Amino acid sequence: MDYIDPHIHMVSRTTDDYATLSRMGCVAMSEPAFWAGYDRGSVDGFRDYFRQLTETEPARAAQFGIQHFTWLCINAKEAENVSLSREVIAMIPEFLDRPNVLGIGEIGLNKNTKNEATVFLEHVDLAVQHDQSILIHTPHLEDKFQGTKMILDMLCDDQRIDRGRVLVDHVEEHTISEVLDRGFWAGMTLYPVTKCTPERAADMVERTGGERLLVNSAGDWGPSKPTAVPDFIFEMRRRGHSEALIRKVVYENPVAFFSQSKHFQFAPRS
Amino acid sequence: MTAGESHPQRTADAVLEESFLQLRAKLLEIGATLDRLDRCGGAGELSGANSQKRALLDQALEIVGSEQPDRAERLQQLFSREYQQDWRQKFGIGSD
Repeated sequence: MDYIDPHIHMVSRTTDDYATLSRMGCVAMSEPAFWAGYDRGSVDGFRDYFRQLTETEPARAAQFGIQHFTWLCINAKEAENVSLSREVIAMIPEFLDRPNVLGIGEIGLNKNTKNEATVFLEHVDLAVQHDQSILIHTPHLEDKFQGTKMILDMLCDDQRIDRGRVLVDHVEEHTISEVLDRGFWAGMTLYPVTKCTPERAADMVERTGGERLLVNSAGDWGPSKPTAVPDFIFEMRRRGHSEALIRKVVYENPVAFFSQSKHFQFAPRS
Repeated sequence: MTAGESHPQRTADAVLEESFLQLRAKLLEIGATLDRLDRCGGAGELSGANSQKRALLDQALEIVGSEQPDRAERLQQLFSREYQQDWRQKFGIGSD
């Protein structure tokens, strides 16, 4: 089955991973800007990273018939440096017209601090000013519940936000309902230990019906599995779900959400 | 069952049968890990923070063994910090 991985960090993955993903049915992916594992020291470091996301990765992906899209921001882990964050936010518009840029992301919170909230709101303002879709990172583990509610509070306070153009990622059992009930899209991340398994993701699809719901691997430089979305597909099939429902979650929903971005010029496989 | 709920016709027997060995293995892992803790002195040897974590695990096991639904969501809530409704005032960030 053709599928789209809506959240994967291919700058951290090998070319062999691109080949494997292609053979597993991945036809497109979107790569949100992410923390490198260390704090970058200057706005030029981010400028180089954004070139990698908008030039190098699309070319690597194309070798394997995969369409690569991306989202730009300074990650919440680096938001404690507010002055650098503001320099990066001011520089991002240089890249918004690149042909694979879908919007602003993954913005959000990490430890739910004041500086993170400040930088998050400035990113949201940037997105609104430039008519961009938004991809949201929600915090990990014990911070997820508080952080997700803070993010939803901030988004719902802003009357300019079109909730249908916001994807709130890394939802789990205790956050998915509020995200969907408030009118946002939700993403489930298949991480081996710290987030969601394919089995629990299938449970959440069964409980919600799969509307406005996406599933991703968030494959990166840490413990993660870039082929996690096919694992989810197999789990859904094992339970007897229809190909139509599976395709909706792993293909049609990403296409519907991404299509709101003017640069999503997707060419389905004929 | 919620309004959006949708799943193929699978019987409780089928779900249990396909899950039994995995559940058995996971329960054995829990039992063996708690035994390992005991062999290292048990709960009495744990520092303050880890003692709280151990107590959380006991509460989690109670949730797993309870008859009420939504066990996964209740486990997530147990392992979450409580939502601070006054976070805006604390941070000096107002709502529009």
